[in-house]
Amino acid sequence: MTTASSVLIIGGASDIGRATALIYAGHGWKVTLAGRNLAECGRIADDIAVRSGQRPDVVELDVLRTDRFTAFVEAFPEAPDTIVCAAGLLGDQARDQCDPNRAAVTLRSNFEGPALLLGAFASAMAARGHGVIVGISSVAGERGRASNYVYGAAKAGFSAFLSGLRHSLVRQGVCVITVKPGFVRTKMTAQMTLPRGLTAEPAEVARAIFKADQAKRPGSLYVRPVWRPIMTIIRMLPEPVFLRMRL
Amino acid sequence: MRADLAGWGRYPRHSGDVVTPHSAAALRAVQAGLDPYVARGAGRAYGDAGVGLEATVSMRALDRMRAFDSVNGLLTVEAGVTLEEIINVLLPRGWFAPAVPGTRFVTVGGMVAADVHGKNHHRTGGFGAHVASLALLTPQGELLTCSRSENSALFHATIGGMGLTGAIVEATLRMIPVETGWIRQRTVATKNLDSTLAALAKAEAEATYSVAWIDVTPGRRPVGRGVVFTGEHVLAAELPQGRQVFPRGRRSRVSIPVDLPEGILNRWSVGAFNRLYHGRAALLGNADLVPWDAYFFPLDAIGDWNRMYGRGGFLQHQCVVPAAAGREVVAEILDRVAAAGCAPFLAVLKSLGAGVGDMSFPMPGLTLALDLRVTAQTLRLLDELDRVVVAAGGRLYLAKDARQSPDTFRAGYLGLTRFETLRREIGAAGRLASQMSSRLAIQ
Ligand SMILES: Cc1cc2nc3c(=O)[nH]c(=O)nc-3n(C[C@H](O)[C@H](O)[C@H](O)COP(=O)(O)OP(=O)(O)OC[C@H]3O[C@@H](n4cnc5c(N)ncnc54)[C@H](O)[C@@H]3O)c2cc1C
Ligand SMILES: NC(=O)c1ccc[n+]([C@@H]2O[C@H](COP(=O)([O-])OP(=O)(O)OC[C@H]3O[C@@H](n4cnc5c(N)ncnc54)[C@H](OP(=O)(O)O)[C@@H]3O)[C@@H](O)[C@H]2O)c1
Repeated sequence: MTTASSVLIIGGASDIGRATALIYAGHGWKVTLAGRNLAECGRIADDIAVRSGQRPDVVELDVLRTDRFTAFVEAFPEAPDTIVCAAGLLGDQARDQCDPNRAAVTLRSNFEGPALLLGAFASAMAARGHGVIVGISSVAGERGRASNYVYGAAKAGFSAFLSGLRHSLVRQGVCVITVKPGFVRTKMTAQMTLPRGLTAEPAEVARAIFKADQAKRPGSLYVRPVWRPIMTIIRMLPEPVFLRMRL
Repeated sequence: MRADLAGWGRYPRHSGDVVTPHSAAALRAVQAGLDPYVARGAGRAYGDAGVGLEATVSMRALDRMRAFDSVNGLLTVEAGVTLEEIINVLLPRGWFAPAVPGTRFVTVGGMVAADVHGKNHHRTGGFGAHVASLALLTPQGELLTCSRSENSALFHATIGGMGLTGAIVEATLRMIPVETGWIRQRTVATKNLDSTLAALAKAEAEATYSVAWIDVTPGRRPVGRGVVFTGEHVLAAELPQGRQVFPRGRRSRVSIPVDLPEGILNRWSVGAFNRLYHGRAALLGNADLVPWDAYFFPLDAIGDWNRMYGRGGFLQHQCVVPAAAGREVVAEILDRVAAAGCAPFLAVLKSLGAGVGDMSFPMPGLTLALDLRVTAQTLRLLDELDRVVVAAGGRLYLAKDARQSPDTFRAGYLGLTRFETLRREIGAAGRLASQMSSRLAIQ
């Protein structure tokens, strides 16, 4: 009898993180939720306990407190089999672009914090010789747009970091997966009117993550296939055309 | 966010603000700044009950299950959890909901607020009868535990209170144990209203679940022929080999993608459907094993079926009248509907027992429900039917209503004075209002 696999969800109170945790718990994995709001993480842990019969552990984590990362990683007797990073912050483009302090929080929450934390776990996974790292990035990182380029730039940085991490760990048994979900109906987008066919439910993103984990195929994926042609076009648009568009 | 809101019948429509709090704390914070508002669950009430006068608070994001006591079957969930989720999680462990409406796409908050009834109401009461306690956020921002022993007046006002005492945040429910996810269904085809009522009375005396379906094809005499359905939970020992003990619920495979042209559900197509159905039941007669979803929620198999009635929307008229007047009222309603020639798609008849809330719809007697497309003619017909109902001492179901008059409402709901007094005491008057409560002049 082998022991259950373990998964750490960073940003455990996020809607995508919650859905992901539920799928792993349903498959018998031991789940740990890490987040800065312990009450919210606990509320989700209770929910998962009723639905799956297994209560996840809850640990405190603020991805902006990079000074605590080493201690956070060392507190795990062994690195989890899988880490999913669902922490992120949309920010407010209009305010971020006139307030450097606010912009810094958006940049750090989506890039610096998640990247450094995953980097800190990566060496432990590499030393052990196996592991899966899933980073939730965004299509917003593929080309900076007027409507959200602070968030987009941070996600671009995160995607580049994940790509490099994937490249560096691929021969050490660690699989790094970048997930670009497109629009997802979550509390992050609750104020936005989202286009129907392009918008995924959190559970759909979670299924895609679990499936990619099982397949252990390093790479980058869109949750809904329609995003591939859309983003290809957006990336390929010549700059003069792009500059005339409102996106 | 501004949105156009309506109930399941898509009539009437109103635009207003919608907010979606993600926790009880966020709910408390946001409601303090809202103008007259009401909570909304899955929007399956037919009319305007779940549409706020100014603002509407969607409870869908309060969707956490909190705890399950598998010894006593006590389930605590947040109000936005749906019946579908509860069944999916608990049926495989041998538990089912104690009372279910005709769709599983409803929230716990909505089932409590409407004190919904199922096909077993005559036996075991409605949803409210199985609620052990509630956490209610009052319009003054207090989170109160309400049960039969604590804040009991508020408890009885909230069950069936249509959101007008506050937002239900959590509920603890008593689930019932079942051995399988199958129902043994029996059908009896009947020739006229008297034989339908007799078969229904017999069914109610014998079976856990019972309901009658009545053919309302225009011009068909005598009125009231139909099919009586009964149901029992199948025991594990009775289940034929090879059947999955707890079949998984099937989601709709077909759906109505667009609004159908208004004429499609006309008197001929409905009549043809009715003849087919009656014929099939007459053939079947004997027992049939059906999975839980097909038995309790047949309409859930067709996604967005409310679009069948076209853009203008549709109405459901559901009344209950005291048992003594039951036969006469039902006969008169069926006569008037037949004479008007606007065939309803569904006409459903069953007996109810008492409700637990001050404003609960059920009373001991007969309930009849008709679905009709919205037209000027239908609206006139329904006003006539209301007069028949009021004269008999009956009332209309608020979860279905979109058009009754304040007078009809007042005549039927005798607990209203007490309800309005309590609303003043908790500061709900003026702060908690739906389009329905405003239409019905509920203070
Ligand atoms: C196909 C179909 C079949 C049906 N069959 C039956 C049946 O057999 N028996 C029956 O009784 N009903 C039946 N109904 C009606 C339905 O069960 C009720 O209208 C129920 O209230 C819908 O729940 P909801 O979550 O959609 O609530 P909504 O429609 O969103 O709201 C209904 C009422 O509940 C209030 N409410 C919702 N959530 C909360 C909350 N958290 N706190 C306070 N108030 C709240 C709203 O203010 C509103 O007054 C049926 C409806 C449909 C569409
Ligand atoms: N929704 C979309 O359309 C969409 C699209 C593409 C990518 N994404 C990405 O998907 C991920 C999950 O987002 P979501 O949609 O599920 O939204 P969400 O529910 O708002 O989740 C974001 C989570 O990040 C957490 N977080 C933010 N700053 C943090 C910090 N300093 N320390 C720890 N946790 C922090 C938040 O914690 P609190 O709960 O404590 O605030 C929140 O739980 C994010 O990376 C997001 O950028 C979302």
